[in-house]
Amino acid sequence: MKKRRASPFTEFKYFLSEGVLSVLTHGLMSFAAITVIAACLLITATFMLVSYNIDVQIGKLQNRDQIVVYIDEELSRDDGLALESKILAVDNVQSAEFVTKEEFFDAFVAQLGDDADVVESMRDDNPLRDSFRVYMKDIDKHAETLKALEAIDGIADSNSDVELSERLVQLRSVVRTVCYSLIILLGAVSLFIISNTVKLALFARREEIQIMKMVGATNAFIRAPFVVEGLILGVTASVFVFSAQWIIYNYVTKRIAAGSNVLETVPFEAFRYPLALWLLVAGVALGLLGSVFTIRRYMKV
Amino acid sequence: MIRFVNVGKTYLNGTKALKDVTFDIEDGEFVFIVGPSGAGKSTIIKLITAQEKPESGSVYVDKFNVGKIPDRKVPYLRRSVGVVFQDFRLIQNKTVYENVAFVMRAVGEPPRFIKKRVRYVLELVGIKHKADNMPSQLSGGEQQRVAIARALVNNPGTIVADEPTGNLDPARSLEIMALLNEINKRGTTVIVVTHEVGIVNRFRKRVLAIENGVIVQDGEGGYYESEEGRK
Repeated sequence: MKKRRASPFTEFKYFLSEGVLSVLTHGLMSFAAITVIAACLLITATFMLVSYNIDVQIGKLQNRDQIVVYIDEELSRDDGLALESKILAVDNVQSAEFVTKEEFFDAFVAQLGDDADVVESMRDDNPLRDSFRVYMKDIDKHAETLKALEAIDGIADSNSDVELSERLVQLRSVVRTVCYSLIILLGAVSLFIISNTVKLALFARREEIQIMKMVGATNAFIRAPFVVEGLILGVTASVFVFSAQWIIYNYVTKRIAAGSNVLETVPFEAFRYPLALWLLVAGVALGLLGSVFTIRRYMKV
Repeated sequence: MIRFVNVGKTYLNGTKALKDVTFDIEDGEFVFIVGPSGAGKSTIIKLITAQEKPESGSVYVDKFNVGKIPDRKVPYLRRSVGVVFQDFRLIQNKTVYENVAFVMRAVGEPPRFIKKRVRYVLELVGIKHKADNMPSQLSGGEQQRVAIARALVNNPGTIVADEPTGNLDPARSLEIMALLNEINKRGTTVIVVTHEVGIVNRFRKRVLAIENGVIVQDGEGGYYESEEGRK
């Protein structure tokens, strides 16, 4: 005899409606759970975005970052040019570009624009020195690279933004540490909250569960609505956080742009899809883990 | 078919609930299991529904060996046995219809079949007119009818009723017993656990009497409590 069976769609509809019903039945607890999970996700996401912005800033600095090393005036131009091989031999040096003192003077004059007349008279007695513009592979090693370059015989002086880049790298490492700690700490808080909400739902429906067991419902069938409930809590918090982050981020970056033209921020649109995906994955993972652990612990079938 | 072969069961607290119990219940039989409180009646139900496993001997329910059944197969054993409780155990925030329908959903029946079957079963137990009522709006006898409908709806081969008349007055008790008798006549095996001697003697069915974990009487007819049973 062929066994009658509800379609998977019918069963899914049932689990979904039972999950939604359970969330609504414990409206206050569900609201509290969603709020706490959302707060956790919002804090974590904010730190991630700050970290991302610093990364982008460092990247930009890396692109234009260079060390200018000046060649001792006592060296002939040919001897100065010969230093290129020594500079390229330094660890972390990507490339080096020779700039004559005349080119440098021209660039300086161009930079001055209308005020160029002041220095134009000095052209014949150019006080500048020939130099190399040195590009690095990794900005994190800025300080060591600079030291190594300065140690080369024939290099008289140097000029770079070593402090700024070092500070940014330090800041990035602090923000990353905070970020990872928060992911662990607030993730644990969210799991605890989801677990408690599901525990409450289990408790409220213990009779129903008992009856379902007695009539031969499978474990998966009994557990599914509670897993759905956990998922609803996690995903609702994610959706809420994405919208809140969008509004807050745009507001803050606008304020930063209005207050300073030094700090540059990445527009929200540049990372909204990865952020949405990350939040969704985090919401689903928290919902699944929180509910499955609780069910396994408290529902012996 | 239900078969107990030399079944022994001791609980963790040391209580010896069953001692070397052996009996068969054939398909389509009506059996009363009687005895005083603590005699081992409930343990028999727990073994039939695989809530407990025998410590020694074997319990067979249809094709399942309760002592050896893996956890994932327990739900399938339970689908072949409908249980009715003394305290009805209806879900208070579901209507009568929902209380019965949800156990069909729990075993994956399709919705259109559920609708037809629930109506039929509610009519069979005489409670169709109260399908939209909440359990709290029903009398004890009516609630027990709903519980019987719920036990019947998945069409199990056996119905086990644990003190089904314990919370009812004598007139309602007789009605419920008559209903169970009717269900039995339609081919379902019915096992009624009770300590109400009056009902047992009135229906003149097979009686399995148990005292101190031992079967003391197995036969058709009435039940005569022993000195031990009356204590």
